[in-house]
Amino acid sequence: MEDKKDVLILAIESSCDETAAAVVKNGREVLSNVISSQIALHTLYGGVVPEIASRKHIEKINYVIKEALDQAGVTLKDLDAVGVTYGPGLVGALLVGVAEAKAISYAAKLPLVGVHHIEGHISANYIENKDLEPPFICLVVSGGHTHLVTVRDYGVYEILGRTRDDAAGEAFDKVARAIGLGYPGGPKIDKVSKEGDPDAVHFPRAKVEDAPYDFSFSGVKSAVLNHLNGCRMKGEEIVQADIAASFQKAVCEVLVSHAMDAVRDQGIRKLALAGGVASNSTLRRMMQEACEREKTAFYRPSPILCTDNAAMIGAAAYYEYRKGVRHGLDLNAVPNLRLGER
Amino acid sequence: MERELEYQKMKKVLALDSSGLVASVAIVEGNGFESCLLAEYTVNYKKTHSQTLLPMLDEIVQMTELELDTIDAIAVAAGPGSFTGLRIGSATAKGLGLALEKPLVAVPTLDGLAYNLCGTEKIICPLMDARRNQVYTGIYEFSRGLLRRIEPPMAVDIQEIAEKLCALQRDVIFLGDGVPVYRHRLTEILLTELHAAGKYHEYAPAHLNRQRAGSIGTLALQYMREGKLETAAEHQPDYLRLSQAERERAEQERARQGEAP
Repeated sequence: MEDKKDVLILAIESSCDETAAAVVKNGREVLSNVISSQIALHTLYGGVVPEIASRKHIEKINYVIKEALDQAGVTLKDLDAVGVTYGPGLVGALLVGVAEAKAISYAAKLPLVGVHHIEGHISANYIENKDLEPPFICLVVSGGHTHLVTVRDYGVYEILGRTRDDAAGEAFDKVARAIGLGYPGGPKIDKVSKEGDPDAVHFPRAKVEDAPYDFSFSGVKSAVLNHLNGCRMKGEEIVQADIAASFQKAVCEVLVSHAMDAVRDQGIRKLALAGGVASNSTLRRMMQEACEREKTAFYRPSPILCTDNAAMIGAAAYYEYRKGVRHGLDLNAVPNLRLGER
Repeated sequence: MERELEYQKMKKVLALDSSGLVASVAIVEGNGFESCLLAEYTVNYKKTHSQTLLPMLDEIVQMTELELDTIDAIAVAAGPGSFTGLRIGSATAKGLGLALEKPLVAVPTLDGLAYNLCGTEKIICPLMDARRNQVYTGIYEFSRGLLRRIEPPMAVDIQEIAEKLCALQRDVIFLGDGVPVYRHRLTEILLTELHAAGKYHEYAPAHLNRQRAGSIGTLALQYMREGKLETAAEHQPDYLRLSQAERERAEQERARQGEAP
């Protein structure tokens, strides 16, 4: 192995409603991390509208990339590769980043590395935890994904469990809408819960039969809706903060207990959180407490690295790049790309 | 003087069109007096543009031993068309523009299509199937070698554009992927009115009747002389239509205002 100079990667992410670009050095050092969020725009519609997201990506993408290069103080000539999210996500949104990244890689004669969005979220943990190395257990929780994974090696994943229905973040969004908090549900529930009693209402903690690591969140969501209906029928007051806090506790307890089961069963005393819901303060606190009890090292990215961003894509791309992964000019967006697939 | 020099200067453009079913890329070179198509690669086959467009471009670049940094601009069919198709072309052009530090030329898709029929005396009516019972269309003519819009790009139903054509009372030639969809309807409408006035309609032949990046590139050379350039950063497609969510929201808004006293 040549003991070459630093590896600089320009990473691009456009899988949902954030247009993002970053420059990352050696997979762990973020030189820039630029995110153009569309949340305000989609709030008008109560959720992400794919066509609007795609249009916004096209509008912003060059500005975001230029900003990332400028902030890092580099030009394309200094780079070693271009990394891009090619799935999973909204196909129209993904295609903008993929087409852009391919054209840049082609014109600047740089290798292209396609990255799995969830691998990006997992790899966000490498950025602030220089000591973290596989193997470790990772709980990926976001608006579109809920996965419990053993990270065997860089880019080598074993999926222990996944959600059978709603993603955790999706349940947050739906419950937030039902109790009148609106979009985006995760941060709003997190905030209002601080004022509420998490034991006010007991919502179910679902187990999936024969699949101890799998999740199901449609039950708890329905239980909230039923509870709301019940209150309205009986003319009881609906205390938004109490319902939010109780719902949040129910979801977080399941996430924590599954994750700790995995830690014990796999005998791997390292646990990382990833994905948008990983910035939920209750989940972070409960998971930290559980890890302390179980003498397990606990890792979680800062909130800015939990949300969709390109620095995490740069981190994941680096390890793929080192393994020799290169994608061609025919790289396509794969909206339902599975973790560990190439 | 300066203008004359601009007119004589040879320019080279990369042109892309992925607005419809056709994927097409070209390299065109020229000035105000002459122009030359160095290469064009056009495929009308159901395969994702995302997978084909850049490999096709690479193929003609290699064939012509083109050094990418010797081009003057990147031309792209800028809409209307398939939303996703437009964005693949647009993002590709923007990425090339960013990396090569070259400007973009946005050529309206329908102008590009009409330009396929350069030199005809007839009026030209490009028709692109826009779904939802509409076509993206316009009406064009050539006047002293220059393409002129009689009706600018629009999304309308076939009846509406046919009526505009009848009112013009001129021979008309159609092209575009909307032709196979609306051929029968058109013939019905036009036969009664246009033909009664002694004017006729026809359809462009196979080699001219779909998007061609050669036309986008040739028109782009003209736009460049006129100074119609964009930066790669600012460029975005002209969809000619709002997204469904925006349309529905606007309708709800109107309905609500209608209810208000």
